[in-house]
Amino acid sequence: MNSYYGQIINLLAAGLLLLSFAMLGQRRILSLINLFMAQGAVLCASTAIVAFVTGQNHLYWSALITLLLKVLLLPAILHRLIRRLNIKWDVETLINIPTTMLIGIVLVIFSFNLALPISELAGTVTRSTLGIAMAAVLLAFLMMITRSKAVPQVIGFLSMENGLFFAATSATYGMPMVVELGIALDVLVGMVILGVFFFQIRERFDSLDIRHLEQLKED
Amino acid sequence: MPLSIHELLSIDWLIALVVAWLVIGLAGLLAPRNLSFVGKTLYPLGALVGLAVALVAFHALGETAEIAVLPMGLPDLPFHLRLDSLSAIFLLLLGAAAAGISIYASGYLRKGEGTAPGLQSLQYHIFLASMALVLLADDAYAFMVAWESMALSSFFLVTSDHRKPDIRRAGYLYLLIAHIGAISILLSFGVLQSSAGLGATQGAADYTFSHMRATGHDAFWASAAFGLALLGFGAKAGLLPLHVWLPEAHPAAPSPVSAMMSGVMLKTAIYGVLRVSFDLLHHPLWWWGVAVLALGLASALFGAVFSAVQSDMKRLLAYSSIENIGLLFVGIGLALTFQSFGMLTLAALALTAMLYHCLNHAAFKSLLFLCTGSVLHATRERSLGKLGGLIHPMPWVAWLALLGVIASAGLPPLNGFVSEWLLLQAFLFTPNLPHSYINMLIPVAAAAVALTAALAGYVMVKFFAIVFLGQAREESISQHAHDAGWLERAGLVWLAALCVLLGLFPVFVIEKLDFVTRTLLGAGVYETAGDAAHTQNWLLLAPISADRASYEPLVFLLMITAVVAATFFIVRRFWHGRLRRSAAWDCGFPLQTARMQDTAEGFSQPLRQVFEPFYRLTRDLPTSFDKAPLYRVVVEDHFWYWLYLPVARASEFGARMVAFLQQGRISIYLLYSFLTLVVLLFLVRG
Repeated sequence: MNSYYGQIINLLAAGLLLLSFAMLGQRRILSLINLFMAQGAVLCASTAIVAFVTGQNHLYWSALITLLLKVLLLPAILHRLIRRLNIKWDVETLINIPTTMLIGIVLVIFSFNLALPISELAGTVTRSTLGIAMAAVLLAFLMMITRSKAVPQVIGFLSMENGLFFAATSATYGMPMVVELGIALDVLVGMVILGVFFFQIRERFDSLDIRHLEQLKED
Repeated sequence: MPLSIHELLSIDWLIALVVAWLVIGLAGLLAPRNLSFVGKTLYPLGALVGLAVALVAFHALGETAEIAVLPMGLPDLPFHLRLDSLSAIFLLLLGAAAAGISIYASGYLRKGEGTAPGLQSLQYHIFLASMALVLLADDAYAFMVAWESMALSSFFLVTSDHRKPDIRRAGYLYLLIAHIGAISILLSFGVLQSSAGLGATQGAADYTFSHMRATGHDAFWASAAFGLALLGFGAKAGLLPLHVWLPEAHPAAPSPVSAMMSGVMLKTAIYGVLRVSFDLLHHPLWWWGVAVLALGLASALFGAVFSAVQSDMKRLLAYSSIENIGLLFVGIGLALTFQSFGMLTLAALALTAMLYHCLNHAAFKSLLFLCTGSVLHATRERSLGKLGGLIHPMPWVAWLALLGVIASAGLPPLNGFVSEWLLLQAFLFTPNLPHSYINMLIPVAAAAVALTAALAGYVMVKFFAIVFLGQAREESISQHAHDAGWLERAGLVWLAALCVLLGLFPVFVIEKLDFVTRTLLGAGVYETAGDAAHTQNWLLLAPISADRASYEPLVFLLMITAVVAATFFIVRRFWHGRLRRSAAWDCGFPLQTARMQDTAEGFSQPLRQVFEPFYRLTRDLPTSFDKAPLYRVVVEDHFWYWLYLPVARASEFGARMVAFLQQGRISIYLLYSFLTLVVLLFLVRG
């Protein structure tokens, strides 16, 4: 029975990694938000299954928070933002997409190699997914680096948080509730502040291209 | 548990007095702009506390060491304090000097000079309290906290007139070098702590001095700790080549602060060197002594040569401080050398001379700085070229300054002579050293010390004669000049009295200094000096044996007084009434004004010629056909161009290279964190 649930968790983890790659390769902002929403849903489902398997009741709460925040609230805010800012696509990346993908694959191999000794030590049902969680973090980071517009960077940031959350669940059955609540609040507040920044940046430079911020450098 | 007053140890009293200083300082914040409250209440109270510190410290000399642990500081790392004879002698110096300077400062404060008086009083009293804590500290943590409070409070005191860019620059330079020194001291304590840990397993990482003292250090780490301590404390003391802040900071600071810094703060650095080299590391290597000796000699000569050509009276005194600090380090170097060869009595002699000179320098240099403060207030002028003839409007200041000048020049029967004489005596015994190279070099060093002493005399003649003697070079300045007020006079008289007493009763002082040398070296000179003293004459000072060399200050004073009195009497008796007053012979120059007197530049011109390679001179000479001839000479320090500017340029270059990292692109910044993360993960994996 346990191995059956273990397989489902592995499947969901694979889905998470796939979604991370999809986000890395996606140019359109609208699709990016949808992918982010899907990633949140996968995360929510896997957390709920882990909670069911291990009987850790606080993980249900985590799953619920994930559902509310990452599947409903944040995508809604993002959708509203891009409507207000009138940007639905992002054509530019700093490095072209195939190259980015190749770097991503290297990162995944690196993460798996890295997670190997830790997974052997861990006694959780989810231990094999730690490498995927780390890969998700690094891929999200890579996405932040390669995008030149502000909104995809923010999505990358949020996705990185997803990866961290997944890593925490897979390595130790989640963080203490207080920490999780704190992080959830941080993400929410960060989103609000970044939303304000978007408008400020656009007002100042007539564009959301963060390359304009280079002008702020002191010579 | 109630303590009766008799159970309180000296160290408890000292802690209470330090707290009293802090409370007095904080009280200044109640009425920061109320000049009469701050000046006439707080500073005299501070002076009383200083006097009490001196008395308690005097009492503690020669007693067994007392320790206390304050419930302050970090968890598991409380402040340890300890009072032994070495701390006591420096606390005595601090208390005695602070008493005079605080009383003077209470009369010196004026309205509208920089920082509000209450705030300045807070900084001043924190400065005093932190110096006392530096001297009491018994662990590296408490020491560094007190040391940095001392540096910061003195920085604010130096920049109390911060609206002038020159003063801000001087303050910056001071702060910079103070921090380089502090880092070096911190590293030195770190080395001491960890190399002590190699020898002994007991004693956790508590950084107490007792832990550092307890264990033997191997030669390499001991040398490293000593070198770092010498660099760090040397930066504070103004040892070459980290001396440049002294001539900038002293003129910038208000005069009582200059007096405090030069008289007392520099001595805390000397204390630090003594604490590390004689107490914490008790087995010096011979070359430490030689290195300290060489640095000290270089500083002494440099200070004397440069103070001779200054035309700003406070800069002149600041360079003279470098010279005196150099002499102190010469004493330390000699003592270290002797100790490393096991000649403890001679080491004790050199150390006694050095400690004696510490006391002397605190007394006379504070006195002279305070005198310049009075002159500055009376005339608003620091440049020697515009002063002159001030003995008429300011007799008190002039006569007291004369005492300070005589002491500083090292003339008997005042105190400067005693310590310099003792130092030269210590040099005269060096041919017994079992090392031929040192033996050959030592006479040269002794000659250099003698040259320094002579130059110091020259400088002091210049200082006194240009400021107080002759005729006023600027009429307007001398007309408005007025003598110091009674509070200022009280402070000056106190310090001058210290000079005289230290000069006239050397045997008594050496008896007290013996406690310190016995603590540090286990040997003293009072036995031999006192032998002569007890059997023949308690006024006779003979450092090693009476038939080799001896000095009797009271007899000397009596002789001088007798000769002067006799001369005066004879002149009055036989020549009185034969004086004829007429116009002076004008040598064919019918027009003579006060401006044609010897100037500061003129007086030092021969020395400027002789020591020309020492200076970086810029001279503008007028041609014979100049309508408005202007003679200008600027004397600068080679060190500034050879050492400081290259370092400054190198660090600016380095900063520009680092700025290359700042690309202004968020992607690049993200890449930095990404790469750091990946590399760290890789290392963890590896």
